Amino acid sequence: MTDPAGTDPEPLIDVRGLEKVFTVRRKAGRLRRVREEVRAVDGITFQVPRGEMVGYIGPNGAGKSTTIKMLTGILVPSGGRLRIAGIDPARERTRLARRIGVVFGQRTTLWWDLPLADSYELVRRMYRIPDAVYRANLARCVELLDLAPLLAVPVRQLSLGQRMRGDIAAALLHDPEVLYLDEPTIGLDVISKAKVREFVREVNAERGTTVLLTTHDLTDIEQLCRRVMVIDHGRLVYDGALDGLRAAADGERTLVVDLERELPPIDGVPGARTVRVEGPRQWLVFPAAQSAAPLVTAVAERYPLVDLSLREPDVESLIAELYARGATGTEPGRRTPDGQGAPA
Amino acid sequence: MADDGGRPAAGRDGWRAAAAQGLYAYGLIVRMWVRSTLAYRASFVMMAVGNFAACALDFVAILLMFSRIDALGGFSLPEVAFLYGTSGLSLGLADLLLGSMDRLGRRVRDGTLDVLLLRPAPVFAQVAADRFALRRLGRISQALLVLGWSVTRLEVDWTVGRVLLVVLMAVCGTAIFGAVFTTGAAFQFWAQDAAEVQNSFTYGGNALLQYPPTVFAKDLVRGVTFVVPLAFVNWLPALRLLGRPDPLGLPGWVDFLGPAVAALMCAGAALAWRYGLRGYRSTGS
Repeated sequence: MTDPAGTDPEPLIDVRGLEKVFTVRRKAGRLRRVREEVRAVDGITFQVPRGEMVGYIGPNGAGKSTTIKMLTGILVPSGGRLRIAGIDPARERTRLARRIGVVFGQRTTLWWDLPLADSYELVRRMYRIPDAVYRANLARCVELLDLAPLLAVPVRQLSLGQRMRGDIAAALLHDPEVLYLDEPTIGLDVISKAKVREFVREVNAERGTTVLLTTHDLTDIEQLCRRVMVIDHGRLVYDGALDGLRAAADGERTLVVDLERELPPIDGVPGARTVRVEGPRQWLVFPAAQSAAPLVTAVAERYPLVDLSLREPDVESLIAELYARGATGTEPGRRTPDGQGAPA
Repeated sequence: MADDGGRPAAGRDGWRAAAAQGLYAYGLIVRMWVRSTLAYRASFVMMAVGNFAACALDFVAILLMFSRIDALGGFSLPEVAFLYGTSGLSLGLADLLLGSMDRLGRRVRDGTLDVLLLRPAPVFAQVAADRFALRRLGRISQALLVLGWSVTRLEVDWTVGRVLLVVLMAVCGTAIFGAVFTTGAAFQFWAQDAAEVQNSFTYGGNALLQYPPTVFAKDLVRGVTFVVPLAFVNWLPALRLLGRPDPLGLPGWVDFLGPAVAALMCAGAALAWRYGLRGYRSTGS
């Protein structure tokens, strides 16, 4: 889908050494204030080619939102170089605004007191969207996001799921080249989440819209993005394929075997160790990067095997692992070629 | 219109384009609010009448005072009414055009200012037009009525020049109050609860300007002349028009500095706004 970013001559999103430093004044004594520097984003570099969908994840306070706010022109960076479609967001915010769409899960970009339809009409005029484009885009959004019954309802009366769908439509009416989704599924039920994901996938496939997605729901990433960037303490600790994340985090896979009868823990299989025995069923763990095939062969040769299953590490535990290592300071910015990093 | 947070302006053309963009967005948002206000016509009429009545009560207080006395600080009722009308008109216009700016602090605090920064329009225009309140026509119409009445009663020879001076007073006064609204809003980038400080200068200033300067202590008059130059809204030009001496004894040409003072204050307000927006830090999430 993409070549490893950086070799792309003109990536749509080009971020080099991006920094954001906040000065906070902290109380120290009755009147004294101490100035402290907080490096919310501490030298981030990445490129996103046109048409890619990238997940951007990290724990609370890692610098995700601060990055997005600089990419959209809300915040002025303290350092580094930043170009979106060749535009410097800090210098040409309004020109950039016409070319990007932004959805915040936490707050609406619509006019709170206006019916959805009026909000869209205002968006049309403010972005000066040509009539034909507007009508086509609106019709499509209304159909795919089931907005028809909501158009006459003021935004403040919409449920969270309805509002989110309304927001996503508003962000796409002007055919943006980049769509930023900041926690778009937060607080949504399973059905709404699925609907939002499906729609984003379609927009990306049909329009080639580049998508940058931050989320706490890793299912969003698993279902939408092949590439994922992990940020912690203002630095990128991983940038590469989702599959590669498993290897990078030293995740472990689990082989569950059902034997014919109760036996002592399986022993002597290279690279694997038995962690649990429950009657005839045993659990073996081995590094995620290692192939499961020789392991299965080794077990089958020496034990009466009835059934087996393989469990992948869930992304959540992988990321927890990455965060933990990030805190102790292991090599940052590790990357694997996109889509190629899957363990056999 | 002051545009984006001090992002370097691309020369005069860039500035002009931003101003045009701002006016366009301002018009769009205002039209939308007017339409949604008029959708509930009865409610709008009641609000406007309420606004009118609340302002009119001020004037009733002055009328009551004059039922006991013949002059206030040496000023007759029509003269006080003239001060009242000119100040009320200026504040009313500024309030109508920019009155929503005192909501900026709330927007900064709850993070909704972010949303305005995502739209292809200057933030200033969006903040100013937000919740455009047509009911504020109540204050304007009440001030116009009082002003109209005072003009018929004043013993002033209404030459073209003098009529133009009154118009100029209203324009400059609106600009001065507008600059105070904007500066106050810019201050809310740092102190989100500063709306009350700004209100004390706008609504409070208006309450001051309704009365003749002669009834106040000289230090107060000096303050509103040299520190926050609200005196240029109506006091100084009105004194000239009414043929009254200036209590501070300033040279005569000072009376005509209104436009210059208004322009200076607007420039200062624009700078403060740019600086505030430039330093905007957004909220945590």
